[in-house]
Amino acid sequence: MSIDPGVSIDPQSAALSIAEGGAGNPRPHMVAEQRRGWKHRLARWALEAILLIGGLGMIFPFVWMLSSSLKLPGDIYSLNIIPPTFTLGNYREVLEQTEYIRWFLNSLGIALVTTASVAFFDSVAGYALAKYRFPGQNVVFILILSTLMVPTEMLVIPWYMMSIQFHWTDSYWGIMFPGVISAFGVFLMRQFFGGVPNDLIDAARLDGFSEFRIFWKIAIPQVKPAVAALCIFTFLGNWNAYIWPLIVTRSEEMRTLPVGIAFFSTESGSAFHLIMAASALATIPVLIVFLIFQRQIIKGIVLTGLK
Amino acid sequence: MRLTLERRRWLWAYAFIAIPLLFFLAIRIAPVIYAFWVSLHKWDPIALNRPFIGTENYQKIWSDEVFWHAFRNTWTYVLLGVPISLVLSLLIALGLQKLIRYVGFYRVLYFIPYVTSLVAVGWVWRWMYMPNGFFNEILSRIGVGPFKFLGSPDTALYAILAMTIWQGLGFQIIIFLAGLESVPTIYQEAAAVDGAGSWQRFRDITFPLLNPTIVFLLVTGVIGYLQVFTQIRTMAPTGGPLNSTMSLVLYVYQQAFQQLPSKMGYASAITFVLFAIILLITLAQLKLFSRENNEY
Repeated sequence: MSIDPGVSIDPQSAALSIAEGGAGNPRPHMVAEQRRGWKHRLARWALEAILLIGGLGMIFPFVWMLSSSLKLPGDIYSLNIIPPTFTLGNYREVLEQTEYIRWFLNSLGIALVTTASVAFFDSVAGYALAKYRFPGQNVVFILILSTLMVPTEMLVIPWYMMSIQFHWTDSYWGIMFPGVISAFGVFLMRQFFGGVPNDLIDAARLDGFSEFRIFWKIAIPQVKPAVAALCIFTFLGNWNAYIWPLIVTRSEEMRTLPVGIAFFSTESGSAFHLIMAASALATIPVLIVFLIFQRQIIKGIVLTGLK
Repeated sequence: MRLTLERRRWLWAYAFIAIPLLFFLAIRIAPVIYAFWVSLHKWDPIALNRPFIGTENYQKIWSDEVFWHAFRNTWTYVLLGVPISLVLSLLIALGLQKLIRYVGFYRVLYFIPYVTSLVAVGWVWRWMYMPNGFFNEILSRIGVGPFKFLGSPDTALYAILAMTIWQGLGFQIIIFLAGLESVPTIYQEAAAVDGAGSWQRFRDITFPLLNPTIVFLLVTGVIGYLQVFTQIRTMAPTGGPLNSTMSLVLYVYQQAFQQLPSKMGYASAITFVLFAIILLITLAQLKLFSRENNEY
């Protein structure tokens, strides 16, 4: 059987229909299947049951984390999901023993500043590469693209030496500097700015808009979903970043949340009631944000994955 | 007049690109060259004397047993983790696609692990794997075990792998769902009318059209698994027992930042081996993509 090769896939509409939460476009064979008898209904129930069990399995580690974190030290080995005696003591102890609030604010501040910086500089660079023709353009593009092939893990050694040289260790700038502009984002924004019609930009030029104003007022509003997606990615990546903050921070006050939690847990030995409370404190803020914005976050991830 | 206008636009473009370009040169490209320079030295950041030793670090890699351990382990993570997670996520995505109700709810269930910190969930899994943790308690109820999981060189790597697959599954499911959405339904229906069964429809229509999605997930998966670090550092901090979970990135970290005296030069040489592998895979991907385009 041959397939018409001219099929065009429209990532944006696919992303939207996925994100709307429906099963996408209604599929005629699906409706037909519904009308068929009990055998199909049984198959559908079985499928739903399997997916539900699988899904509950996916979130079980979080359930177990919460359950352990609410148990008394003496009940920690009990298999009951509902703690025999509820206690918030573990959380109180973690908050008292650690610089949790400080780590949380460090992570939040670093993630927010980095996200703002990436959103701005990556948009500007992507716009220049998509909408201007200038000498050296290909060289610049290939240069930026080639950095995508260099894994972050490979650069931690030279970055560390740079940080020592410039006295950046144990500072916010030291934690942030490798991530304030991202090659992936430049590439992403270039793809999306490429879809902004040139007529729109030329019309604004005729109206006497400055080039920067065209970028800011005309082009950016056209690619808002892509900017949002980039922001989500950058924020999550920085919030959860581990290896570089681990290397570049020294004092307890400068740690980010993952680094702080890692040190605390290692030092707690096998006090898993405390470790689970610490893990919950690191996990819950992200979970809340995710549950509020899940539609936008999933849409953003689909959008970037398909470009 | 036209020339000056053109020139002015060039200036704008250069102004737009200047800071990002300088950033990439200084933070992404120069460090690679610097790392190569470091890899040619015996380099201890504290020592005053850092002798140039040519390719000695690279030669040392060949006879370093722990390196080869880490090398083999890293490929085990890749060669088991990528196929298993792709098959699982495709199956789940196909299942989710067939659902008519609560799709959003299921999607959130499967996606949650992906947004949470690897350090935090790493500790949760470590707790569940403990000799008296959740898994062993459940297994002892049915009279099996206890298993050492992270404590035994035979199982530790697989225990970490299971957690890694669990954590990344949600992302792959979402991308597969999007890929499946963009497969036009007309072909499915035409084939169904022609009497093709559902397996045949999947094999001959859906699967070939999913190719770009699969290539994307394959490449991001391989590169991601090649760089496993956080979960190992959390669940088996030294790469043990007996180096059985040691990965290349963890080995680099140990050589450069945990050992005294620090072996920055040697660690840099290992990062270049990793770099070469990732470069080869990226080039293979480019080739795969261009071949596909030729077919169309």
